[in-house]
Amino acid sequence: MAYSEKVIDHYNNPKNVGTLDKGQKNVGTGLVGAPECGDVMRLQIEVDETTGVIKDAKFKTFGCGSAIASSSLATEWLKGKSVDEALKIDNMEIVEELNLPPVKIHCSVLAEDAIKAAINDYRKKNGLEELVFEERIH
Amino acid sequence: MLKLPIYLDNNATTPMDPRVLEAMLPYFVEHFGNAASRNHPFGWEAEEAVDYAREQVAKLIGADPKEIIFTSGATEADNLAIKGVFEMYANKGNHIITCVTEHKAVLDTCKHIEKQGGEVTYLPVKPDGLIDLHELEAAIKPTTVLISIMYANNEVGVIQPVKEISAIAKKHGVLFFTDATQAVGKIPVDVLKDGIDLLAFSAHKMYGPKGVGALYVRRKNPRVKVTAQMDGGGHERGMRSGTLNVPGIVGLGKACELCRLEMEQDTKHIKALRDKLENALLQVEESYLNGHKDHRLPHVSNISFKYVEGEGLMMGFNKNIALSSGSACTSASLEPSYVLKALGLGDDLAHSSLRFGLGRFTTEEQIDYTIEQVTNTVNKLREMSPLWEMFKEGIDLNTIEWAHH
Repeated sequence: MAYSEKVIDHYNNPKNVGTLDKGQKNVGTGLVGAPECGDVMRLQIEVDETTGVIKDAKFKTFGCGSAIASSSLATEWLKGKSVDEALKIDNMEIVEELNLPPVKIHCSVLAEDAIKAAINDYRKKNGLEELVFEERIH
Repeated sequence: MLKLPIYLDNNATTPMDPRVLEAMLPYFVEHFGNAASRNHPFGWEAEEAVDYAREQVAKLIGADPKEIIFTSGATEADNLAIKGVFEMYANKGNHIITCVTEHKAVLDTCKHIEKQGGEVTYLPVKPDGLIDLHELEAAIKPTTVLISIMYANNEVGVIQPVKEISAIAKKHGVLFFTDATQAVGKIPVDVLKDGIDLLAFSAHKMYGPKGVGALYVRRKNPRVKVTAQMDGGGHERGMRSGTLNVPGIVGLGKACELCRLEMEQDTKHIKALRDKLENALLQVEESYLNGHKDHRLPHVSNISFKYVEGEGLMMGFNKNIALSSGSACTSASLEPSYVLKALGLGDDLAHSSLRFGLGRFTTEEQIDYTIEQVTNTVNKLREMSPLWEMFKEGIDLNTIEWAHH
């Protein structure tokens, strides 16, 4: 299967690979997927506490090229967005941007789930109620 | 100058040896006759070429030329052997013994047999990929008609104890069929010394053309018969009708001859390169060899690089190096390799595996390049892997509650 140019570019030059200090109150961490399924994503956001804007985002991903590209793209999109705006990122936008084939849609779903998990972790740390999301089958 | 891309997927198919092509070429335009045309020179030429090829093929596996049935490939030969024996020996019984790491051409044929009212035992394998001979013997029943165990596995290269298996089969009066697609031409295979009753293989795994293979069917001690699965003109002693693929058969014959004459030299060359590759890659932290280290084909190496995913790994170099992975992402089924799982590998290690298949035309320069590229990509992806980070922090991944999906 041939990968799209954008997937290849993110794979070769991934944006925002790394780790944020999960001990910080303004850092939210989302870890989704499972090793047995062949993909695990960890996505982290660092929120500016005065403005509520995501000032940094990092990821680490175990998975195929599309999973790596989806999480790399997600961190790019998260930076500069408010937490509420970040919640609106839909997996299909990732699919369109990266030109993912149907068999790789689950990579984008995983990225969306990682964003939501990171936001919930941030909310929990800051005494906010965790949001409930619709169950999805990947 | 190193020419890219490099081909290291010789278990999938091999490039054709130019000498094989040369042998085939006259049989397309010039000597195009039908080998079954008995009454004119065109037919005689074709028949002569087929007879010669039959001898070349038989010689490689220690058979008599009359015991060679030409087919369209190993899949057809597997089908003919299993279905043919099942039907021919229906009076004796309906039970077949095979093993879980067989090729799909065998496993799916056995599934078909089950639908036809047959009974099939699928033996497990030990973590090294070998079957347990005691389990094999214990599985034999009065109704057992066939044991079908592959000579060597296509994914990990493990060589089954064929002589011991045939001895057990003989002791109990059961026929022994082996899918030897990966073994013939690579290692010495002798149907007499190995005690094989039926054996399947194909040309394109041994530097011959695609679309042609053979089934060996023993004629003496015991005389084995299979029911034809293709009806027609009664070619190949009535076991496989259909006009013979003369150029393909000539190519198979030539490929067999080259393998026989050059096996020693090929093996020496390939094994040295395989060992160099394997030793270098096993130096990478948390990398594991899959399958028995010694009972193994000399040209195959299957290695898992823990904490990186196989498809993602291959993407780092698959423009330049062609190989295979046991990762689910490389298959349509989204399941990791059933062979690796049968060896007891967790899904995570199965997802992290690469299969290197070297061949006659592999060079040291290609191996050096591969070592460098694979090592660099593994390191790069581990820097990106949350699992690697956890491992390095001493976190036991089994204690984490993963969100299975």
